[in-house]
Amino acid sequence: MSDSRPYTRWALRYAALGYLFMLLLLPIAVILVNTFEDGIGAVIEAITTPDALAALRLSLLTVIIAVPLNTVFGIACALLMVRGKIRGKSVINALLDVPFAVSPVVIGLALILVYGSGGWFGADLAAIGIQVIFSTPGIVMAVIFVSLPFVAREVIPVLEEIGDDQEKAAETLGASSWQTLRRITLPSIRWGVSYGVVLTTARALGEFGAVSIVSGRISGQTETLPLFVQKQFETFNSVGAYSAAVVLAVLALATLLAMNLLRRKEQSD
Amino acid sequence: MKTEPRPNGIEVLGVSKNYGDFEALSDVTVTVPDGSMTALLGPSGSGKSTLLRTIAGLEVPNAGRVMISGEDQTRRPVRSRNVGFVFQHYAAFKHMTVFENVAFGPKVRKWPKAKVNSRVHELLDLVQLEGLAERYPSQLSGGQRQRMALARALAVDPKVLLLDEPFGALDAKVRKDLRTWLRRLHDEVHVTTIFVTHDQEEAMDIAEQIVVMNHGRVEQTGDATSLYESPKNDFVMSFVGEVNRVSGRLVRPHDLEILPVAADGTAEADIDRIVKLGFSARVEMMLAGNGGEIWSQLTTSELEALNLAEGQRIHVRPRAGVVTREDTGAIDAVVSEQAPDASHRPTPSTSGLPV
Repeated sequence: MSDSRPYTRWALRYAALGYLFMLLLLPIAVILVNTFEDGIGAVIEAITTPDALAALRLSLLTVIIAVPLNTVFGIACALLMVRGKIRGKSVINALLDVPFAVSPVVIGLALILVYGSGGWFGADLAAIGIQVIFSTPGIVMAVIFVSLPFVAREVIPVLEEIGDDQEKAAETLGASSWQTLRRITLPSIRWGVSYGVVLTTARALGEFGAVSIVSGRISGQTETLPLFVQKQFETFNSVGAYSAAVVLAVLALATLLAMNLLRRKEQSD
Repeated sequence: MKTEPRPNGIEVLGVSKNYGDFEALSDVTVTVPDGSMTALLGPSGSGKSTLLRTIAGLEVPNAGRVMISGEDQTRRPVRSRNVGFVFQHYAAFKHMTVFENVAFGPKVRKWPKAKVNSRVHELLDLVQLEGLAERYPSQLSGGQRQRMALARALAVDPKVLLLDEPFGALDAKVRKDLRTWLRRLHDEVHVTTIFVTHDQEEAMDIAEQIVVMNHGRVEQTGDATSLYESPKNDFVMSFVGEVNRVSGRLVRPHDLEILPVAADGTAEADIDRIVKLGFSARVEMMLAGNGGEIWSQLTTSELEALNLAEGQRIHVRPRAGVVTREDTGAIDAVVSEQAPDASHRPTPSTSGLPV
């Protein structure tokens, strides 16, 4: 049928390509061009200022804390949802989507309401010397919140598909629950977990809305890379903004590349 | 010298299992002699797989006890029962090689490495997979996967071997080869074995004892001959062996007498087809008044003596002194269950049933 309508096919193909070009490739290309307008020296200078390095460090720190926590939570949650004999699975299922459904700005505001100086726990936490809002803990919490569902959402369908025969077989062979988890379940879901980790990382690196609310945006202290880019742009430091944006884009592309390689490896398995 | 009676390898005593309102097993008692091979035979939904899983500990019964080698196992978790279980679809560990699959049990039991290696190679040798140790399950055929699953189950010297529809997922030829092979393997390793099947031929071929199940109950237990020759009820009669439905009685095809003229207790039928199969022959008939298809099995010489022709009106009745049973309708469940397997022969009692 599609052979009889070559014009439709061409039109669709070029519409898709044009769309991608205008919205994706062109802006990224322009950023690259603008970044290197003043030469590579200016770029290196811009991304090695103390504030830029601090932003990069904070972003990476956030990823290093948020991704493992969400990975463990995601796997545990998926196992509970698929293998657990519990009531209220539909409630957990709905809650799991809240971070996707709610605007990140709302998430940021909610964190302030709970942990801010006027919030429920803010005063108590401040009394024991812990500042959450306008500090690293708040930023990490915001990032954890927004990137919470990815691992669970990737792992749940994989667990459902493989079924529990292999786990039962391991049990009959004398494996304890822990041995079964480590030797059978985790290896079986490793690709699902890997996708989840890549998506979580990408989201944690790029999160702007929730973080911008809770961070207070103090240069060199509570600025993540996306916030740094925004501030450079606002203060008309276009080289700084573009250079940091390129660093962010490169990190994101690296995670996507990792995901692609994983996919290929999985298919060859 | 008097021979000692064999001790019981497995005893299932009054086991019941419910899933909500559904009674999957109801007061089931089965004893399996040590070192023997027993088949659980029944249509799907008869509870045979549930019984097997209960023996393994994969299901916990609501009532009754499971004993293995004289020890009560009812409350013991699966992993410490030391049973070898072969799952219907093999449950191969997909991310492990054949070697690693078979080595799994010994490894989780923390056997020394050298002992694991020698045990795995011994078993791969036994199931004829030595050359394929480094392959992954996805690179094996169905029969090879089945043998790998068997080797994996046997690797830890289980007290009993439990097989759930072991040949169910294989094509007919492989199925036959593998079951002969399994019988020989059992003669070599002598582990008490129970397998689940819905194929009566399979059960009669390799099991010493057959437990016929229906609706979560044991209908009859015995060897192939006793089940075939003295079935306790019409369900067993129709499930173990073939039956015709004639004048409200169930009768085996080879027990159906064909007469050229009406006599005492005969029913009228018209011959549809005569098939000569070398030594034996099959006469397919339709009972008069749309009473359903029936068939008779007789020797070629008997057939020639009768001088029958297709389309001929004849009269049939059970031979004198043979086993017949009253037709209570239990056969209908059997026929609809066996329909896929029965395609190679006329289904005798399908009147009014979708085939």
